[in-house]
Amino acid sequence: MSIHDKKYAERIAAQFAKYPTKRSAVMPLLYIAQEEYGWISPEAIQEVAELCNMDSTQVKSIAGFYTMYSEKPKGKYWLQVCTDLPCALRGADEFYEELKAYLEVEDGGTSRDGLFTVEHVMCLAACDKAPMLQCNFHFMENLDMDKMKAFIEEKRAEAKKHEE
Amino acid sequence: MHILLRAREIPDIHKYDVYVKNGGYKAFEKALKMKPEEVIDVVKASNLRGRGGAGFPAGVKWSFIPKNEPVKYVAVNADESETGTFKDREIMETNPHQLIEGALICAWAIQATAVYIYLRGEFWDVAHELDKRIAEAYKAGYIGENIQGTGWTCNVYTHLGAGAYICGEESALLNSLEGKLGQPRVRPPFPAQKGGGLYGEATVVNNVETLTNVPWIINNGADEFKKIGTENSAGTKIFCVSGHVQKPGNYELPMGVTLRELLYDYAGGPPEGRSFKGILPSGGSGPVIRVNDTTLDAPLSYEGMEKIGTILGSASVIVMDETVDMAWAASKIIKFFKHESCGKCAPCREGTYWLDKVLDRIMAGQGSLDDIKLIETVAKNMQGVTLCALGDFAANPVIHTVKQFPEDFAKHAKSPENSKSKKPAAKQKAAAGD
Ligand SMILES: Cc1cc2nc3c(=O)[nH]c(=O)nc-3n(C[C@H](O)[C@H](O)[C@H](O)COP(=O)(O)O)c2cc1C
Ligand code: SF4
Ligand code: FES
Repeated sequence: MSIHDKKYAERIAAQFAKYPTKRSAVMPLLYIAQEEYGWISPEAIQEVAELCNMDSTQVKSIAGFYTMYSEKPKGKYWLQVCTDLPCALRGADEFYEELKAYLEVEDGGTSRDGLFTVEHVMCLAACDKAPMLQCNFHFMENLDMDKMKAFIEEKRAEAKKHEE
Repeated sequence: MHILLRAREIPDIHKYDVYVKNGGYKAFEKALKMKPEEVIDVVKASNLRGRGGAGFPAGVKWSFIPKNEPVKYVAVNADESETGTFKDREIMETNPHQLIEGALICAWAIQATAVYIYLRGEFWDVAHELDKRIAEAYKAGYIGENIQGTGWTCNVYTHLGAGAYICGEESALLNSLEGKLGQPRVRPPFPAQKGGGLYGEATVVNNVETLTNVPWIINNGADEFKKIGTENSAGTKIFCVSGHVQKPGNYELPMGVTLRELLYDYAGGPPEGRSFKGILPSGGSGPVIRVNDTTLDAPLSYEGMEKIGTILGSASVIVMDETVDMAWAASKIIKFFKHESCGKCAPCREGTYWLDKVLDRIMAGQGSLDDIKLIETVAKNMQGVTLCALGDFAANPVIHTVKQFPEDFAKHAKSPENSKSKKPAAKQKAAAGD
């Protein structure tokens, strides 16, 4: 496991080609590392630091500054639910409460099957389509609990099939 | 009439062929036949003002860029993280080539060597689509080396943020692009000056909506643009309407349209059987207004919103009906700013922390009338003393909500007698001033 793997070489080179400094590629490379490791692990930090000619402490502080880099392992599906004011005016708080209850988790927690991590986040620029969430960086909009239950059970069934 | 949201009339305009069939890249070709200074003059004459919030005249900003520097940049602000704003996303999803064309015209006008489009990290899918559109323009010879035989070379790149509202602030955006912490810089030097921009080079930072207007202006001329809107607010504006209306969404309308027209004629009015109570015309960061006939008839323009004690900002109109407790709304907004404060200056970092804490106490029914005075004091102490405007933004919801809707705060407070025995206020004040 490493972002030095051949499968990333082209994408990493394309990132370095965009900027006059290596350091500027730190954010795109952290995304690639997160894809590889599932989170920003110590190895991920080390590898990105080497590639960008940076100190690992610098890379660590960058990763810590932004919310989309995960500093701990997460479930397979990372559900970030917007509960900011405009969404809350359209029922997002209640939706989030029901979602947590259904998955039997607290804010920031991961479901017992290890599949879903939930978290509340600030405005995601989709306020007219509330309630909404971001699942592994893809938007799901105009939600209700029926849709969510169907989604969750579908993913659970998929995971089960995978195990067999 | 749509200058920006043209997909409402031409649904497939995001496709290169369709865009070109509908006059796409003609403005860029026209601009390339003009001298860069002439392009700046047209944009200046159009009175196009920045749509990212501050309303600074775009042409004037471009004219600050020094002529003789060999390396210059355009940074497109697609961070769009203000609570209640979702217009730049629709532009990029439905009319991406017009943004690219506008950014290229700006790049030609200042003779930039590269354009970076900084998108908030959550626009992952948007960025990947945009990369494909950029590749199409590259293939057509509008981006890259020796563009259209002019000898001028310019590339266009996207850059994804990773979840930090502060990176929408222009100097924090530049730091983030450079691979540094996304915190604001001390100014001067300003981004448009040598030493203040990206990698120390002079840089124009403009919002997505601002730049997407530019091709229309070059095609139709400054005078035609000024015919739309009001004297001080030329053109159309995309109003992002969210919250308690029948039809939330983006509405592109000439500036000067009244709040009443926007909310009733376009957004369908309040939910069945309810009435409007408060409006945040500029998302979480601007002053709230109480809904009455005067405010409803106020024109949505820079000057019109100022007249009723608020700002147009990025025109994210958050609407709240009579069921909303405004103290709750203020506490929601403060949570946003507490989360998003980058922590660089004490008044903002500590102020947002204490506002949140005391508001939570008030909301829990544990606050006193003194606490309401306390949050006002804390908020006022944040104004005008911070490195970037976030400090002021965070003070706004408290100061103005308490002023406009005192009854919503008072109803949560315990009786004054109760509070006297506990005296929490003095202690907090000292701590907040740390
Ligand atoms: C805290 C803060 C957040 C901001 N967020 C954004 C943003 O998300 N998008 C944006 O275009 N401008 C944002 N701005 C304004 C930018 O600093 C800058 O004024 C703008 O990009 C200039 O472009 P314009 O003149 O075309 O509006 C923000 C400013 C502050 C202080
Ligand atoms: S005002 Fe707040 S967000 Fe702006 S630089 Fe200071 S601490 Fe950071
Ligand atoms: S408030 Fe939820 S997307 Fe804007």
